[in-house]
Amino acid sequence: MDLSSINWLLLLASLMVAATPILLAGIGELVVEKAGVLNLGVEGMMITGAIAGFAAAVETGSPALGFLGAAAAGALLSMLFAVLTQFALANQVASGLALTLFGLGLSSLMGQGYVGLKPPSTPKLDIPLLSEIPVLGPVLFSHDLMVYVAIAIVAGTWAVLKYTRTGLTLRAVGENHEAAHALGYKVIAIRCAAIAFGGACAGLGGAYLSLVRVPQWTEGMTSGAGWIALALVVFASWKPWRVLIGAYLFGGITVLQLNLQAAGLKVPVEYLSMSPYIITIVVLVVMSSGRGRGALGAPASLGRTFHATG
Amino acid sequence: MKKRTLLKGAVAALALAASPALAESHSEKTKVGFVYVGPVGDGGWTYEHDQGRKAVEAEFGDAVETVYVENVPEGPDAERVITQMALDGADLIFTTSFGYMDPTINVAAKFPDVKFEHATGYKTAPNVSVYSARFYEGRAVQGTIAGRMTESNVIGYIGSVPIPEVVRGINSAFIHARKVNPDVQFKIVWVYEWFNPAKEADAAKVLIEQGADVILQHTDSTAPLAAAAEAGNVIGFGQASDMAEYADGPRVSSIIDNWAPYYIARTKAVMDGTWESTNTWDGIGPGMVGIGEITDKVPAEVKAEALALKDAIASGEYQPFTGPLKKQDGSDWLAEGETADDGTLAGMNFYVEGLEGEIPQ
Repeated sequence: MDLSSINWLLLLASLMVAATPILLAGIGELVVEKAGVLNLGVEGMMITGAIAGFAAAVETGSPALGFLGAAAAGALLSMLFAVLTQFALANQVASGLALTLFGLGLSSLMGQGYVGLKPPSTPKLDIPLLSEIPVLGPVLFSHDLMVYVAIAIVAGTWAVLKYTRTGLTLRAVGENHEAAHALGYKVIAIRCAAIAFGGACAGLGGAYLSLVRVPQWTEGMTSGAGWIALALVVFASWKPWRVLIGAYLFGGITVLQLNLQAAGLKVPVEYLSMSPYIITIVVLVVMSSGRGRGALGAPASLGRTFHATG
Repeated sequence: MKKRTLLKGAVAALALAASPALAESHSEKTKVGFVYVGPVGDGGWTYEHDQGRKAVEAEFGDAVETVYVENVPEGPDAERVITQMALDGADLIFTTSFGYMDPTINVAAKFPDVKFEHATGYKTAPNVSVYSARFYEGRAVQGTIAGRMTESNVIGYIGSVPIPEVVRGINSAFIHARKVNPDVQFKIVWVYEWFNPAKEADAAKVLIEQGADVILQHTDSTAPLAAAAEAGNVIGFGQASDMAEYADGPRVSSIIDNWAPYYIARTKAVMDGTWESTNTWDGIGPGMVGIGEITDKVPAEVKAEALALKDAIASGEYQPFTGPLKKQDGSDWLAEGETADDGTLAGMNFYVEGLEGEIPQ
């Protein structure tokens, strides 16, 4: 083993890139779940965002428009889920799974003409002065814009949920939709908005894969990232900053295990590959030991269908 | 009441009229099924198998009907898909990934009249053939180019699933890289999947960060080439498919799987009733393995050397595993001039001397 061949600074920098797709999808899903809706269609919205963003960027030559298109496509697709679960009162778990399957099929249909193309490259943003700081500079301040946008979305979500009236209303709807309805809040409208936000974030995460991290379009390229994002929300016990920590941890382990392999580490790397999932399970067990769902921080109305009877 | 009788009568008449035609068309057409591990748009392994399927359609036109199912996971689900295909009346089914071996054998036992062809496996039955290509011949050519082209003397190799097929490729590439450059070192990263673009891209980036300036891959997507293109001064190769879209960038050559002639021949055999269980393992010579055009990035003398090796392999004059060769632990494997037999190659589960690391078990 030759650990000195690992460039730890580059590892830290690539960790931030590897974590960004699941961070974006995760923070979007957090908001959806905070509003009391369980959308298991993250994978489908991500892959749809990946192709929509890719197509938009290739057609317009602008990565920025690509990301906007991806967010729009993710939000649009999530509206299908919203119609099914909020108006047709369909089962959320089944609708979410259907959304994933639909998204995978839709994306491969949309992607027919885009296999083998190269997207316009997303410029790196070497922040003046900051990126010249030794050690910290290259790790933290020389990424593309989306890495910072993702962090900004986390910060914004945290602030909105914690300090604003909108956040309070959203949480109220997620904790007890009957009570929120009795107080006159428009439960369905709020939930639809949350679902749209979640879809937009998942779309951005998908586009980050197809435009920056890979960067190309291939069918099925999210290969399970959406499911990791779902696990991430539980891992983070529905707290925005913990989503950030969790995403970096998961992303970090992925990159670290590849680095250790390349350095010739003689431990079975399968253990490292599965460690994000093991960590999630351990956290779940620790958090849920004896104190039930409340201790986990799960919104009380999560996954329950709301129908205004009164 | 009357109306309903009339309708019924009409339906019955239609059915009568249609059924002989239906039956006839069914007996005329040979139905060929394909089971794919990835999406047909992966640009690599599955893409090339699908090109083979299209070639079968082009060759026989209306005489055949082809069906395929993509993204079929290796394991129990594959058995369900293959069974369904057999139930739907397929006469010949190609299962195109190593992990479909046992499912194929299981389903074949239940459908003795259906012919099965399993790619890259070793288990046969009276109605199951196996076929594969000698990709390691192509890897010898890649290794030669890689060994000559590397400046850092570090070559990165992205392994997919640790099975003999992949180990054979690593050994072949390494032996030939060392032959032209004794200082060369291989860094191997396993991703445990055939197709996962994000992971493949990360693996390529890690290898580049750790000093590799040549990336070899045994995974199906073009993501490693995209990563190499981004890094700038790194070269790579097309895998399974030509991946010519990267020819202006990192791609200097490729290994191309050419299944079309085989698929056409086997479909024809089913149509003629001459199909028999066989074991096919063809390489560069018969054209099952193609070497994609070597670009101008490669100096002329290196290109000539690589092509000479390719010709020597094609004519059967040279075998990539020719002694003297030792195993990783230093024990003797092949004596001077001795060549490895197909049995050893098919089950290869060891690295040759000079490679670092262990094969994951």
